[in-house]
Amino acid sequence: MTTPRTVSRRDFISTGLAAAGGLVVGFALPGGGRRLLAGEESPDGVLNAFVRIAADDSVTILLKHAEMGQGISTSLPMAVAEELGCDWSRIRVEHAPAAPAYFHTAFGIQVTGGSTSTWESFEQMRKAGATARVMLVETAAEAWGIPASDCRVENGVVLAGDRRATFGSLAAAAGRRTPPDSVALKAPKDWTLIGKSTKRLEGADKSAGRAVFGLDVRRPGQVFAAVARPPHFGGTVASFDPARAKATPGVVDVVAVPSGVAVIAKSTWAAWRGVSALEVTWKDGPGAGVSTRTLLEEYRALARTPGLKAAAKGDAEAALGKAAKIIEAEYDVPYLAHAPMEPLNVTVELGPTACDIWTGTQMPTTDVAAAARVLGLDPSKIRLHTPWLGGGFGRRANPRADFVAEACEIAKRVRGPVQVAWSREDDIRGGYYRPMWASRLRAALGAGGLPTAWSHTIVGQSIIAGTPFAMMIQDGVDGTSVEGAANSPYLAGIPDFRVGLHSPVGPVPVLWWRSVGHSHTAFVVESFLDELAHAAGIDPLEYRRSLLRNHARHLGVLNLAAETFGWGRPLPEGRAAGLAVHESFGSFVAQAAEVSLEGGRIRVHRVACAVDCGPVVNPAGVEAQMQSGIVFGLTAALRGEITLHRGQVQQSNFHDYPILRLSDMPEVTVRIVNSTEPMGGVGEPGVPPIAPAVANAVFSLTGKRLRSLPLRLP
Amino acid sequence: MKLTVNGREQDVDVAPEMPLLWVLRDTLGLTGTKFGCGMSQCGVCTVHVDGKAVRSCTTMMSSVEGKSVTTIEGLAADPGHPVLRAWHELDVVQCGWCQPGQVMGAAALVAKNASPTDAEIVSGMNGHLCRCGTYGRILAGVRRAAEIGRTK
Ligand code: FES
Ligand code: FES
Repeated sequence: MTTPRTVSRRDFISTGLAAAGGLVVGFALPGGGRRLLAGEESPDGVLNAFVRIAADDSVTILLKHAEMGQGISTSLPMAVAEELGCDWSRIRVEHAPAAPAYFHTAFGIQVTGGSTSTWESFEQMRKAGATARVMLVETAAEAWGIPASDCRVENGVVLAGDRRATFGSLAAAAGRRTPPDSVALKAPKDWTLIGKSTKRLEGADKSAGRAVFGLDVRRPGQVFAAVARPPHFGGTVASFDPARAKATPGVVDVVAVPSGVAVIAKSTWAAWRGVSALEVTWKDGPGAGVSTRTLLEEYRALARTPGLKAAAKGDAEAALGKAAKIIEAEYDVPYLAHAPMEPLNVTVELGPTACDIWTGTQMPTTDVAAAARVLGLDPSKIRLHTPWLGGGFGRRANPRADFVAEACEIAKRVRGPVQVAWSREDDIRGGYYRPMWASRLRAALGAGGLPTAWSHTIVGQSIIAGTPFAMMIQDGVDGTSVEGAANSPYLAGIPDFRVGLHSPVGPVPVLWWRSVGHSHTAFVVESFLDELAHAAGIDPLEYRRSLLRNHARHLGVLNLAAETFGWGRPLPEGRAAGLAVHESFGSFVAQAAEVSLEGGRIRVHRVACAVDCGPVVNPAGVEAQMQSGIVFGLTAALRGEITLHRGQVQQSNFHDYPILRLSDMPEVTVRIVNSTEPMGGVGEPGVPPIAPAVANAVFSLTGKRLRSLPLRLP
Repeated sequence: MKLTVNGREQDVDVAPEMPLLWVLRDTLGLTGTKFGCGMSQCGVCTVHVDGKAVRSCTTMMSSVEGKSVTTIEGLAADPGHPVLRAWHELDVVQCGWCQPGQVMGAAALVAKNASPTDAEIVSGMNGHLCRCGTYGRILAGVRRAAEIGRTK
């Protein structure tokens, strides 16, 4: 997501006594009062807790963002612990419930996206930790009759001379105190935890199979449901015969829901079998005739017309018209499914006046609103629990809350708790894809070989049109469609440029997919730039250096990646190198890749990656995210493609929607720039540069410029 | 139908063609074994049947009748298991969904081959997908697990 990069709301700290007799620190909303009293609405006594300290010395940290692999379950506790001074081994993490106090300070809803979690929560988490520490210290000082300044904190213990008191023993009394008006936070030079590689807190629970994910939720009397959804987008049920499904062993019921026909059973497997046995006649909807092949032709034709202005300076057309040397190219990328390893699932337990929902989600408050609408309940009657997420990549952040709304429709028609599970086929065929994009670029090269005019027209569906995020569309331009292209650093030195956008509407549902617009713009811009460098006869690294001379952070990562890679050094026979640099989500990443061909297939041997994401909380986490982004991006570069033929999605599972395997894994080296610039994200920025780096290397190796993803040699 | 799961005898009343995965997860409530594809493509459902790694999503209940099944819950009953220790040392996990299957696959691999080469690790673990891209640490993790196993 594209994010306003300021944390605008003032935080109001509230503290109080936990139900179990401990200290709770939370944040109250502005206008909601400075301090909330114990027992008002939450069993903790304080609404919207961020940190709880219990009598047994345990420290529970509530995550307002969802942990889906990106590592905030460790980086955010590190921020708390840095200020709190607790015993790291006593920290537990939980996802926060859905509530306004956990709203994203920039988006105004509760959401995990835009690679924002760490920087967005960083100060809140440190403040919560510091507040708790001050209150614990004050409690001890008062009991000992000494000034608080005589006390120090170490590893979960308050100390003064030979006196010592553990956090747990002080927590109850501390919870009755008035919180300090303000707390001082440590200066970055005094950090002892932030900046040190730290292991994932819940890692052991996950590898041992103890961690509970959404699909692992088991409620007493729970039944399992699966849904037969239309074979093409926008289709509806004309009629259905439940008899064969009902005769399937284990099936208990068949019910019609707005999204299709649901089969309720005693096991997930029986529900899926019931779905296969169902006889449904579907009514054609708007998506019945869609074929991506034809759609792409339409997109290409549109790309040859100007479109709405996303960015412009001077007169690009006139400058191109006069130019002596013009380079022109068309690029495209396909629809892509997110394919998180844990398929979507929702468990709903609907009671007479309230409802509990368990689902791995990136948008809890949006889901609650959707559930409330479907169930006819007030949102305050819906408790949304977020278990661990087996990946998300954007699919679990749907402004339309499709999976939650559907599960609530089913729950209304079923007695007792029900778990709706998506099969992999449901997931791959279920839409909400990364949009398909086409681009047309033209550039004029000046005497020195550098571009003097630039025109780029982008065609693809808007992700946010028709959603509450549509208010971010300005003058018809959805910024997420052109991010990375309309603000490309290369434009800065070009006197005449224009970036245009067409946002055709279509029946295929689209959604943000890890790195959103950057997932296509980086490929297109960085490949095209490589074309210009080769046309100018200049080394691609030198070419970028000339154009980025006033972009210190781009230049910094570019040089570091090139140095780490050994750019320019001879490579083994049959191998070649390519590179790319791209800024997204406040971070700058450059990658250089070495490739060869094995039996006509592209093989990536090694990748050098440099990242500047500002101050680093957990270096191990940043490195893991860069590796992760590279693998995710390579899957899209080499394998990923969703195609439709006459309305039917042609892929269905990992055999025809393959993702990278261990044998495809390049050797990856990650270097992190030591930076005091503003903090950026890391979950997404590792993805965009890899596809162009590989495409550029393939050009270097073969002389063939591949302008479509996935990269395939003819 | 009878089978032994993690050393305990179980008697389940299910269809013979029901995949072992769903017997474990939905009938016996052992949710440590995960689902990813249902067609032997991803490895997240890996368990051991009589010590051999199998894909439980495509293993029919009738084929494991009377056999001994070990799931991740059974393996993790020993927190000192070399694979778990290696996984922790190298901080392999990300979202974690694929990891119980990776651990079961790795455990079977090092049990069979105490000193696997990198090529043997890659071919042994290649059927285990990870959408989070933890592959670099999986390779290192299996190497380390083998090492721990040898010195144990
Ligand atoms: S779920 Fe069994 S191999 Fe994928
Ligand atoms: S850790 Fe997320 S799929 Fe492997």
